[in-house]
Amino acid sequence: MVGKVMNKEKGKYLIEGEKGKWEVVIGLEVHAQVSSNSKLFSGSSTKFGADPNTQVSLVDSAFPGMLPVINEFCVQQAIKTGLGLNAKINSYSVFDRKNYFYADLPQGYQISQYKNPIVGEGKITLDLPSGTKTIGIERLHLEQDAGKSIHDLDPSNTYVDLNRSGVALMEIVSKPDLSSPDEVNAYIKKLRSIMRYLGTCDGNMQEGSLRADVNVSVRKEGNKELGTRCEIKNVNSIKFMQMAIIYEAQRQVELLESGKSIDQETRLFDTKKNETRSMRSKEDAHDYRYFPDPDLLPLNLNKELIENIKKNLPELPDQKKERFINNYSLTAYEANVLVSEKEISDYFEEVVKTSDIKLAKNWIMGDLFASLNEKNISISQSRVTAKKMSQLIDSISSGVISGRTAKEVFEIMKESGEEPDKIIESKGLQQKSDPKELEKIIEKILTDNKDKVEQYKSGKDKLFGFFVGQVMKISGGKANPQLVNQILKDKLKK
Amino acid sequence: MSIDKDKIKHVSKLARISVDERKIDDLTKDLSSIFKFIEQLNELNTDKVEPLSSILNEPLRYRKDEINDGKIRDKILENSPKKNEEFFVVPKVIE
Repeated sequence: MVGKVMNKEKGKYLIEGEKGKWEVVIGLEVHAQVSSNSKLFSGSSTKFGADPNTQVSLVDSAFPGMLPVINEFCVQQAIKTGLGLNAKINSYSVFDRKNYFYADLPQGYQISQYKNPIVGEGKITLDLPSGTKTIGIERLHLEQDAGKSIHDLDPSNTYVDLNRSGVALMEIVSKPDLSSPDEVNAYIKKLRSIMRYLGTCDGNMQEGSLRADVNVSVRKEGNKELGTRCEIKNVNSIKFMQMAIIYEAQRQVELLESGKSIDQETRLFDTKKNETRSMRSKEDAHDYRYFPDPDLLPLNLNKELIENIKKNLPELPDQKKERFINNYSLTAYEANVLVSEKEISDYFEEVVKTSDIKLAKNWIMGDLFASLNEKNISISQSRVTAKKMSQLIDSISSGVISGRTAKEVFEIMKESGEEPDKIIESKGLQQKSDPKELEKIIEKILTDNKDKVEQYKSGKDKLFGFFVGQVMKISGGKANPQLVNQILKDKLKK
Repeated sequence: MSIDKDKIKHVSKLARISVDERKIDDLTKDLSSIFKFIEQLNELNTDKVEPLSSILNEPLRYRKDEINDGKIRDKILENSPKKNEEFFVVPKVIE
């Protein structure tokens, strides 16, 4: 591929072609696994990582005569997610059969929702460097996941594990409102964060709880009409989504600029070669012959159920952000970072319950985040619990240790998980904050350096630093700096 | 809707039903007359009628979110034409 040029003027993502600038139009179909104990239509477990085919019932493996019975909790989870996306909940929805043949789909069809989804239009607000942007949600519907095909255990056969078969998914379809890989990143993160706050999807991309089909088209800058799109199937990380979009948009620009047209087709992203390619097997795939599943009655939701779920919604990231800005005088940026994960916001709130806000945000967003990155762990896995962080911050506020010593203590805490008070105690790191003790040290320094005192008094102000340095040296760096300054100033005045 | 040979071939491919080439003409004729029969319904004006998904006027039955099934791997795999201790085994399908 030649001439991959990106242009980011005023936060706008444009592809510079040979014949002009092109915009990228992106829509996402996110498949989010519903957090539930059992599957959408059977009583098998949904737990990740079980032995192959041990979480499969006769329903999941589509034995003849088996009937699906819907899991009420999965329905509630879908409603909850819809409300979290400010979306319309449809009191009437229908389950349809989406027909296709594949080895890991024993029924020969997927139970999904087609014309009447459980959730209608909604929206998500993104915080971008250029400001906020609202992304429309087209719909959310419930459907079954398929099983897993394993191709690399045998040279001539494929192995099929049906543990995932029948697990409830929410397909969340966005409007084609996204216009850059960065916006896709922000969108997925926000969606994930909302669902994690709600407890409706754990958002674990490594375990496949969150995957997306990415629809990409391009059009000349300023053009209002949408171009022909391609759908890139089943991308399972934000990074791969971004790479696939960059590749695919460039491919389409090159085709169009050379006078060719785009075929509307399903494509696959090859993560090793970093390219998308046509999935010929899916040629007829759009002919799914949907029809209402005769095994299932329509889903009628009563208003009380919806109202009840609405009343019990937890605080969501956007609301929490507002509250953080107002209650803790955080900047919008700080609030965004601290509410991005529920665990982080909980941690922050526990620390500031008792400790200084300014120190708390600096320590959490500074040293703590650095240690999480370094160890590649989440905040809830950190050995520095909120309680211990509070203790550390309190010992800075109360002058027991200086900020610099605190960093030393933190380094020990993050490895051993020891309590800061114990570390300070056992290593003797307490500051010398007893004025009488400091006065003694200072007086000795002043008598030992009479010449310097004279010079200082005759106007050589810079020598003040020398005296401070001497105090620190003698006290082993443990003298309380504020106190030292104060006492020195007093003594040198006389 | 007109049913022609190509339609028959397409639908039989989607349904994974092999159709004898010699029988396609007859099938086309048969299916066309069936469609003609059904299409009489189009004479009715249904503009203001909501599509009906079920004739049962009953609510959908719910299940509690409890694990009470699974752990029957041997039973599940028993009827598979090809299997090993853990998996269904099928001819290689890969993109």
